[in-house]
Amino acid sequence: MAALSSTPSSITSKLTPIDLGDPVVGVRFLGSVAAFALGGGKIVLAGEEERRLDAHGGAILSVDGDRRRLVTGGDDGRVVETAGDGSSRVLFEQKGRWIDQVAAGPDGSVAFSAGRTAYFRPAKGDPKTLDLPSTVGGLAFAPKGTRLAIAHYGGATLWFPNAQAKPESLEWKGSHRGILWHPDGRFIVTTMQEAALHGWRLPDGAHMRMSGYPSRVKSMAFTAGGRFLATSGSSEAVLWPFGSKEGPMGKQPTMLAPRDVRVSCVGAHPKDEVIACGYDDGMVLLVRISDGAEILARSPSGGAVSALAWRADGGALAIGTEDGAGGLIVL
Amino acid sequence: MPETQSDKIPVTVLTGYLGAGKTTLLNRILSEPHGKKYAVVVNEFGEIGIDNDLVVGADEEVFEMNNGCICCTVRGDLIRIIDGLLRRKGDFDGIIVETTGLADPAPVAQTFFVDEIVGAKTSLDAVVTVADAKWLKERLKDAPEAKNQIAFADVILLNKTDLVTDTELKDVEMRIRAINPFARIHRTQRSDIAIDKVLGQGAFDLDRITAIDPDFLEGGHRHFHDEDMKSVSFASDKPLDPDKFFPWIQELTQREGPNILRSKGILAFKDDPDRFVFQGVHMILDGDHQRPWRADEAKTSRIVFIGRHLDEKALEEGFLSCTA
Repeated sequence: MAALSSTPSSITSKLTPIDLGDPVVGVRFLGSVAAFALGGGKIVLAGEEERRLDAHGGAILSVDGDRRRLVTGGDDGRVVETAGDGSSRVLFEQKGRWIDQVAAGPDGSVAFSAGRTAYFRPAKGDPKTLDLPSTVGGLAFAPKGTRLAIAHYGGATLWFPNAQAKPESLEWKGSHRGILWHPDGRFIVTTMQEAALHGWRLPDGAHMRMSGYPSRVKSMAFTAGGRFLATSGSSEAVLWPFGSKEGPMGKQPTMLAPRDVRVSCVGAHPKDEVIACGYDDGMVLLVRISDGAEILARSPSGGAVSALAWRADGGALAIGTEDGAGGLIVL
Repeated sequence: MPETQSDKIPVTVLTGYLGAGKTTLLNRILSEPHGKKYAVVVNEFGEIGIDNDLVVGADEEVFEMNNGCICCTVRGDLIRIIDGLLRRKGDFDGIIVETTGLADPAPVAQTFFVDEIVGAKTSLDAVVTVADAKWLKERLKDAPEAKNQIAFADVILLNKTDLVTDTELKDVEMRIRAINPFARIHRTQRSDIAIDKVLGQGAFDLDRITAIDPDFLEGGHRHFHDEDMKSVSFASDKPLDPDKFFPWIQELTQREGPNILRSKGILAFKDDPDRFVFQGVHMILDGDHQRPWRADEAKTSRIVFIGRHLDEKALEEGFLSCTA
C-alpha cells in the first residue's frame, strides 16, 4: 500500500454514503458489489446500482461470505445464500429456530448452527450435523480443507464433517463466542464473554490468554499474512503478534490509533499490513501497522461502526454502522 | 451518549414453581388488548397459546463468569438472545423472560448487570414470581428453588386463592413475608391481574427506590425469619461515612455474596445533600446519588438484606460502624 503514504491524511471525500436504514450486521464484497446484511432482514447490494432484497422474514443474526456469495442466518430459521447479481436461494429452513451462526466454506459449502447443533452442508452430497455440549457461539472453517472450529461454553470443538473421526475438544473454562483460525491453520482464537480472548496453539494445545480489555471483544481479524491479530474492545486497536511459531505468549500487543472512544470493529486489508478501524462514534481510520500512520476514512457521526469489509484486491472499503448508515470508499 | 432509563427496553423476569400458573399469566399478558408488543423468551415451546412471532426458545445455560466469584453466574443463552432481539428494536415494547420452575432467578438478573451490551440497551424491570397458594408452604419445605424465587421477587402473585381458606391464605402470606417482606403481594385466581401490576414496576430502577417498605421497618428494625432464609434491616439517624461504608459493603458482598440474594439501601452520607441509593443481587452492586434530601424528610440511612444464614448481629455492628 505504498500509495497510501502519499495520499492526504483524509480520504473522506471519497466516501459515498449509503442510507441503509437498518443496523448493519455484516458486509462482504461479492466481486465489486458491496453486500450489506441488515438487522431488519434485508440485504442491500451496492454496485453500479443499488438493489434491496428481502432475504429474511425477521432479523439477520449472522453473516459470512466469500467472493461469490453472502451467507446469512436469521431468526426466521433460514439460511440464505445471495449472489452479487441479486439471485438468492434458501439453503436451509426450520421454523421456530434461530440460525445463530453461519460460515461460508470451501467449494460452495456452508456451516451454520441453531442452538446446540452445528450443521455442515456441502455443495453436493449429504449434510452432516454435530451436537455440542452447549449453544454454538461461533463457527469458522479452517483456511484449508473441510474442517470446522466451533466455539461454545467451556472451549471449542474441531470437527471434520466428512470424516468418521471423533471431534477434537479444546477446553478452556468460560463462554466462547467468536472464533477464528490463523491463516496458516496453526492457531485458533476465540472471543470470550469476559473482556478477553483465548487461543490454542494447535500442534501442542498450548493455551494463549489475551486479556486486559476494558470491554468485550466483538471484532477481530488477522492481518494479511497473519502476522497480527487486530481486535476491538479497547480505546485503541490492539494487535497481538502472531508472526512467530510460538504465538503471542510473553509478548506485548501493539496498540494503534488511540482515541477517547472505543474501537467497535476492525477489518484487515487483504494484501498489506493495514487495518480499517471503526469506533463507537462512527469514525473510521485506516492505520498502517509498520508506523502507525492514520488516514481518516469516515468522520465521527451517528452510531458505532458495526461492519467493515475490504474488496478482495484491497481497492475498496465498505463501512456499516449500528444506526443504519453505510459507506463505500474506492481508493 | 448515555442512554436514559426510558430508552432502554424493560425486561420482566417471570418465575414460579412448576404448576403455579406462570404460563397462564404469560398468556394473559400477551392476549390482553394493551396495545403493546412483547418479545418472550421461553423454555418450552407450545405452551403459549398466542400467535407471537417474537417467542424465542432458550436453553437456560447458566455459567460462571471467570471473575473469581462463585456466585456470579449468568445466563449465556440470554445474552445471545437479547443481542439477537436488539436487532429488531422497534418491533416490541418489552421483553419477558420466563424461567423454568426449577430455576434460580439470580443468574437471569445478574445477566443484566454483567454484560455490558445487554446492560446498555435493556433494563431489568422486576422479578415477578407466581406462587401457588395451596402448595407453596410445602414447596418452601422441600424445594430450595421455590424459596429462592420468593426471596428474589419484587412482585408476588399469590395464585389459586380459590383453593384455600382465608386462614390458610393468611398463613401462606406470613410465610412469604417471613422470607421477603418487601415484595408486593397480589392475591389472584387463574393468574388474573391487571397488567400494570406486573409490568413497568421499575424495581431495579435506582430513581424509583422511594422508600424501603415502611411496613417492614416498623419498630426500627424488626425482622422476620424462616428456617434459613430471612431478611434483616437496619437504620441509622447518624450520617454515614462513605469511606467506611463502601469498603464495608464491598467486602461484605464479596465474602457473603453467595448467601445474600438481594440488598437495597437508602443512605445519608456526611456533608452530602443527596440521597444515595443502591441495590444489589448477590455480589453485584448498583448505586448512585438519587436526589437531594427534602427538608421535611428525616435523613435516616436504611439498609435491607435478604439471604441465607445471615449473621444479624455482625451485619448490624458492621453497618453501625460506618457512621461518620
